Amino acid sequence: MSMVNIQINGKPVAVEAGTSILNAAKSAHVNIPTLCYHPDLEPWAACGICVVKVEGSPKMVRACATAVTEGQNYITHDAELMEVRRTVIELIQSSHPNECLTCARNGSCELQELSEDFCIREKPFCEELKVLPRDTSTTSIVLDPRKCINCGRCALVCQQLQDVWALEFIHRGYGTIIQPAGGALLGESPCIKCGQCSAHCPVGAIYEKDETKELMAAIRDESKHVVVQVAPATRVAIGEAFGMEPGTVMTGQMYAALRMLGADAVFDTNFSADLTIMEEGSELVARLTDKNHGPLPQITSCCPAWTDYMEKYFDDMIPHFSTAKSPMMMQGAITKTYYAEKAKVDPKDIFSVAIMPCTAKKYEIGRDDNMQASGFNDVDLVLTTRELARLIKRAGIDFLNLPEEKADSPIGAYSGAATIFGVTGGVMEAAIRTAHVLVTGEELKDVNVRAVRGMDGVKVGEVPVGDVTLKVAVAHGMANVRTIMNEVREARNKGEEPPYHFIEVMACKGGCIGGGGQPYFTDEEVRAKRVAGIYSDDEKSVVRCSHQNPEIKQIYKEFLGEPLSHKSHDLLHTKYHARPLYQK
Amino acid sequence: MAIKNYCLVCGGTGCEASKADAIYHKLRSAAETHGIGNDVQIVKTGCFGFCEKGPIVKVLPEEAFYVNVTPEDAETIVEEHLVKGRVVEKLLYKEEGADKTDLKEIKFYQKQKRVVLRNCGIIDPENIDEYIARQGYVAMEKVFFEMTPEQVIEELKISGLRGRGGAGFPTWLKWKFSADVKSDDKYIVCNADEGDPGAYMDRSTLEGDPHSVIEAMAIGAKTVGSHHGVIYIRAEYPLAINRLEIALKQAREYGLLGKDILGSGFDFDIEIRLGAGAFVCGEETALLASTEGKRGMPVPKPPFPAIKGLFGRPTVINNVETYANIPVIIEKGGAWFKSIGTEKSPGTKVFALTGKIENSGLVEVPMGTTLREIVYDIGGGIRGGKEFKAVQTGGPSGGVITKEYLDTPIDFDHLTAIGSMMGSGGMIVMDEDDCIVDVTRFYMEFCVDESCGKCAPCRIGTKRMLQILEKITKGQGEMADIDKLKAIGLATKKASLCGLGQTAANPVLSTLKYFENEYLEHIKERKCSSGTCKDLVTYSIDPEKCIGCTVCARKCPVNCISGERKSPHKIDPDKCIKCGACYDACKFGAVQVA
Repeated sequence: MSMVNIQINGKPVAVEAGTSILNAAKSAHVNIPTLCYHPDLEPWAACGICVVKVEGSPKMVRACATAVTEGQNYITHDAELMEVRRTVIELIQSSHPNECLTCARNGSCELQELSEDFCIREKPFCEELKVLPRDTSTTSIVLDPRKCINCGRCALVCQQLQDVWALEFIHRGYGTIIQPAGGALLGESPCIKCGQCSAHCPVGAIYEKDETKELMAAIRDESKHVVVQVAPATRVAIGEAFGMEPGTVMTGQMYAALRMLGADAVFDTNFSADLTIMEEGSELVARLTDKNHGPLPQITSCCPAWTDYMEKYFDDMIPHFSTAKSPMMMQGAITKTYYAEKAKVDPKDIFSVAIMPCTAKKYEIGRDDNMQASGFNDVDLVLTTRELARLIKRAGIDFLNLPEEKADSPIGAYSGAATIFGVTGGVMEAAIRTAHVLVTGEELKDVNVRAVRGMDGVKVGEVPVGDVTLKVAVAHGMANVRTIMNEVREARNKGEEPPYHFIEVMACKGGCIGGGGQPYFTDEEVRAKRVAGIYSDDEKSVVRCSHQNPEIKQIYKEFLGEPLSHKSHDLLHTKYHARPLYQK
Repeated sequence: MAIKNYCLVCGGTGCEASKADAIYHKLRSAAETHGIGNDVQIVKTGCFGFCEKGPIVKVLPEEAFYVNVTPEDAETIVEEHLVKGRVVEKLLYKEEGADKTDLKEIKFYQKQKRVVLRNCGIIDPENIDEYIARQGYVAMEKVFFEMTPEQVIEELKISGLRGRGGAGFPTWLKWKFSADVKSDDKYIVCNADEGDPGAYMDRSTLEGDPHSVIEAMAIGAKTVGSHHGVIYIRAEYPLAINRLEIALKQAREYGLLGKDILGSGFDFDIEIRLGAGAFVCGEETALLASTEGKRGMPVPKPPFPAIKGLFGRPTVINNVETYANIPVIIEKGGAWFKSIGTEKSPGTKVFALTGKIENSGLVEVPMGTTLREIVYDIGGGIRGGKEFKAVQTGGPSGGVITKEYLDTPIDFDHLTAIGSMMGSGGMIVMDEDDCIVDVTRFYMEFCVDESCGKCAPCRIGTKRMLQILEKITKGQGEMADIDKLKAIGLATKKASLCGLGQTAANPVLSTLKYFENEYLEHIKERKCSSGTCKDLVTYSIDPEKCIGCTVCARKCPVNCISGERKSPHKIDPDKCIKCGACYDACKFGAVQVA
């Protein structure tokens, strides 16, 4: 890589060719303020706050979108730059409601932080706010266009990273707003509720629907038996809300905090991740051996944003979808059947709660009738990691110093294979660990399937499983799915052998650890640390394969019989339906 | 039989709007009726430029220059001039006070030099043969068969041609960037999204001489190695679009576009893309986005379109006027072009001269011509003998030029130095009756309407500036507003993403620089000297001049004028709605505005 020699405020720095002025300055320990820029996205260059000067030119250029040029001296901070930045912030404020105290982003707002840094204590320009209603048409995300500063992050995430195109720039000039095309509400749009918009929004214009009050109401209700499950990816992220390093595994503290909040039983979604592997792994083996069990490739279905996307954009892939429900829905179904029986609680009194890294999970619990396999809502409420953190703070729990606790039995134990469900490639790896045994009767000598790990958007590999060479593909970030699906389609149309046997898809970059409901300020570095946390949780597990989980063995023995049994089908499997992109 | 007379009818949009089409048809039918259909050739040409006097009909070989022609006059022209050979004196253009003005003596044309508009008003734009007869496609043939791409670029370099779209970037360099990039495909794009209020240079060029642009694009294609051309033109230009379509069709029929052009083995064709009229789509990156079917929003540069443009391919994008210069440069040589105009801005520039000027119209002058020459010699001075106040160049993105700078030679660098800009060539003249704050408010309103909404400084900055300007024109301004305008102006200028935003504050900043007193008058004295800002105006009647005729009282829609017949009247200021009806009605100048 060729290096470019430049100066930042007169100080010589050498950076790789193509580096932006913003990143070059960072390497010289100078932070240039930004607002619309997000490292996950191509610079959109909308806000005008990161402007800098090139020595010798009166013009200002955007540091986020301009690559450094050999020999130039970039001025990042001088009186005029500060004045211009300040005025731009004041201008943005003049079209943004002064509602910090009641805002979903109070304390985590990037505009708030900038305003504080620039010591803006009054609004010099006349205020003119948009008068637009909140869009509460989904059960996952709230869009408040009044607070939108048109930075474009949500629309770019939706279009570039997720390839969903639910959000667009509508109208122009001062009247520009970001919302679904044609005046549709989010709930009527192609939105897959992945929540990446909310995770990337710098202000409180699009955010998860907060349901912490609903959980507390259920806990206060004496007649309710509140059962909570926690998802794999939440444990390595929740600590961030309390100042911990990303990737710190906080499983024990989460169990403890949930009990302090008043949960009657605390289980782990990881248990059902193991259960998912038993069902989905068996389904794969069945498809591999008998065409009547369904076409290959088999495609994972545990990500609700992905299933929603598939139903809208790739409904011809429905037969390829694993019928296995997501771990969360499996956990819900067995909570209100198996657990209810064992704990001698009337399932109608159980209030089943899931703590998820994901906003789409809020949608999943009501996606169709199959989500009431127990005869009741299998899961009654989903809180995101962000909401749980908020609730823990509100309840005065000293989260960081809590002694670790264990999950309740019998649906709380988990294997290392389950915990890696939280990262891209994890479901695939977990399935391979078990499929190997199902196909060959022998345990893998090395359970680490490195071919499917890593942060490449599309990972393709071949894994020997006995006599079979399993051809697999893994995609994360919805925009990476299309190429793989097209390959499958093409082969199918030509009547050729399918290019893959098994495909894993997760809607969010990095998998669930990068979910739309995770703590704010997620970037590549944060995702990498969370991934490392997940793998460390796997490595320190005594049991690393789903089929070895003693509680899994127990539930099949006591309740389900065997994978793909009649009972399994009733409780743990589902169907998919084609859905229109727009409902109107 | 030989043709005795050529009758050229202006077919520009302006004259068409004044029934030029009817004149054309009347001329033809009358010629038939009089049995001289074969003796005269009646053609509809492009714009003559002298729009003030349109519709215009020119008859050759007598060089009779008929102005303000009506369809009824067509019969007279045929009967008198074409049949009897008697020039119709009453329709001839005459300079003020003169009995007769020879075509060569018309002041409007004297200081003009027509390079871009060389064929406008001369040829029938719908007939490719007429273009070819005027050396059309000679340059293209030269480029295809006699010149290397390097030679073409070198010729453009020698010519010193700079982009006429506003920024003045050297055209040769743009072409060289694109030529140097290796790519499976490249694009040649013509920016015909002319959007400045009052500007119609590009429209007229396309209406009057579409082949000049097509030829230039083909030259560009051969030079940089492109096979696809796109003309992005606003849908509000139906006549230009129609003539372009005809021209493209004829060029294809003649083998000048399409596969294997003139047997050279080189393919190139041009398609027309219609813009929906967003001003921002004149900004090149927004134009390309719009062409791709996306929302017309600018993206950061670099990468420049020459390297990575339409559909990610190297793209040469020039505006209409730039292209129209190129065939002549190739034909006559870069050195010839360089000899016109100034050292750093060679060639000519077409301006759309409008506003409070005697002769509004399209003028083409060598660069370096002073503003005074354009306003007074060509434009004939301020209408009604009023006092010159300022000229706005560069449209809403430009700035005002005041009396002190009337002798500034007009070229890219001089205009920028005095806080305005060349822009695409709009030139709006203001007189003493124009309120500078109100004019600025008008331009800002335009920018607010036309901001794409992408970047915060432009989207919000223009709106806030407009609100402040509205406040001042309503007499509610405060001194702090001046500083706020300056602060927002600076931020909008420096931190906006594209040219639209970066220049949107120019009217504010330049009028604050040259006419700050007028702002202060509005703010401190709550007064608008020009009487434009209604909220700051009071109407009164001078008892010395009023003869009590009662006309004003009868005209007043709110009955706020009282007074006995034959005695001075009075206006009740509390009831007055400042409509100005009394002012217009009074024949004795007794109604005063202050």
